[in-house]
Amino acid sequence: MQSVIEVSNLRKRYGSTLAVDDISLTVQPGEIFGILGPNGAGKSTLVETIVGLRQPDAGAVRVLGLDPQREHNRLVQRIGIQLQHAALPDRLAVWEALDLFASFYVRTTPWQPLLEAWGLAEKRNTLFANLSGGQKQRLFIALALVNDPEVVFLDELTTGLDPQARRATWDLVQRIRSQGKTVVLVTHFMDEAQFLCDRLAIIDAGRVIALDTPANLVRGLDGGSRVIFAANGATPLQALRALPGVSQVERSQGDVIVSGRGDTFVSDVVALLAASGSPFQNLRTEQADLEDVFMARTGRRLRD
Amino acid sequence: MHSFLKLSVVQFKLFLREPVAFFFTLVFPLLLLLLFGLVWGNEPAAIYGGFGYIDQAVPGLAAVIIGTIALMSVPVATAAAREQKILRRFRATPMRAQSYLAAQVVVYLVLALAGMALLIVAASLFFGLRFSGNWFAVTAAFVFCTMAFVAVGYLVAGLAPTSRVAQVAGQLIFFPLMFLSGATIPLQVMPDGVRQAAAWLPMTQTVLLLQGLWFGQGWNLPALAMMAVLLVVGALLAAPAFRWE
Repeated sequence: MQSVIEVSNLRKRYGSTLAVDDISLTVQPGEIFGILGPNGAGKSTLVETIVGLRQPDAGAVRVLGLDPQREHNRLVQRIGIQLQHAALPDRLAVWEALDLFASFYVRTTPWQPLLEAWGLAEKRNTLFANLSGGQKQRLFIALALVNDPEVVFLDELTTGLDPQARRATWDLVQRIRSQGKTVVLVTHFMDEAQFLCDRLAIIDAGRVIALDTPANLVRGLDGGSRVIFAANGATPLQALRALPGVSQVERSQGDVIVSGRGDTFVSDVVALLAASGSPFQNLRTEQADLEDVFMARTGRRLRD
Repeated sequence: MHSFLKLSVVQFKLFLREPVAFFFTLVFPLLLLLLFGLVWGNEPAAIYGGFGYIDQAVPGLAAVIIGTIALMSVPVATAAAREQKILRRFRATPMRAQSYLAAQVVVYLVLALAGMALLIVAASLFFGLRFSGNWFAVTAAFVFCTMAFVAVGYLVAGLAPTSRVAQVAGQLIFFPLMFLSGATIPLQVMPDGVRQAAAWLPMTQTVLLLQGLWFGQGWNLPALAMMAVLLVVGALLAAPAFRWE
């Protein structure tokens, strides 16, 4: 199948900084493709160049087979964009915004169902300035969908939302994809990328430092996992250390942390604890995650 | 065309919801009219060629309406929409800059004409306004001068880095013009030197053009020519100065 987005050797310079430094990637139809990276990594610049809002210094971009610069008007008819930094006039009502934006497009979807779907039906007459942060965000997503786009770009869509609103928004992103649309999701939230994305590119300082499915990225790290439990008294530390696949056993403030890898690592640890009859509570496992991937590739934490 | 109409309607509603702009555009010139009328009345006087103070003040206040819209509303509204990243959101749609600007200009023209109509109705009701010209010619000249100043307003918006600078720049241009151009203080009562210097101001030429048509003296061609130059130069400079963000 033909790629929805093809980016090759893209460069974009701002003054002395290379915001986008030789990035190549492709996005396939129907996938949620993530662009993950810390603030200032060049994610927004990359996306704004892909949709044609910024002119690249070098390299090539094709979206739906179109050149975002030369064929900008044809392209924006077929894509939906939620920008990280954007606003509407303070005194514009929700329904007026949707009605106005719908008039810009040749092909549109009725906006009343969009209001319902994004929980804005009761706010239809509310002015933009009187919406909460989450409501504004949902309005911008609804505006990005008003032309029934083939590709939707969402730039930091859950920034500023409370945890509950974030989870609700994730469900809605999955719903966009289930309608057959391709989604490009820009985020600096590791958990968001891990939960939502089929594939993702991790960006740092304008470069792609990793690109794969979240599962493959973590597996490629070979970080293994950890079993952690609270123990009081006789834990068979020596026997745990002797298990195949276990690399480290340590005590930390009443917890025992067993690190290791392998398909049977976790079950081996649990079986040994059960067989030895030693008391343990609050047992949990931790997997390596995208944060560890970023750490391994850059030596820094994502959220610094 | 569809989006142009929607944009025009939305811009119009937004203006009506903006109390400060509403006041300055539609109410402020009316208050000046009432003040002048109560102080000086509208008795015919030789200095005004047989017309009264209010008769010459109405075409002058028309220039005040043009100035508040073009030099106060346009620069601030445009620079603020850019600063607040509203224009940025519009740019990510197929909407064209031409449609956006055309809709805005149409709304500003409608507001200017509404302000003018209010002024004429009030002056007729309270002060027995006299008129010896041709309504069509006066309206045409008024629209033409409004467009010329609106072009200047967009130029100010494009050059100003922030909406605050746009506001101050607009005021710095507008307030001297308001007092020196004959828009509020009649040119006839100014000292000769001031009047000659003021003749170079485009707003003075607007007042002279409108008063000439108002009094039935026909088109003041030098004034018309100066406004045409302002419109063309203003538009040519404002177009490349326009920025989305």
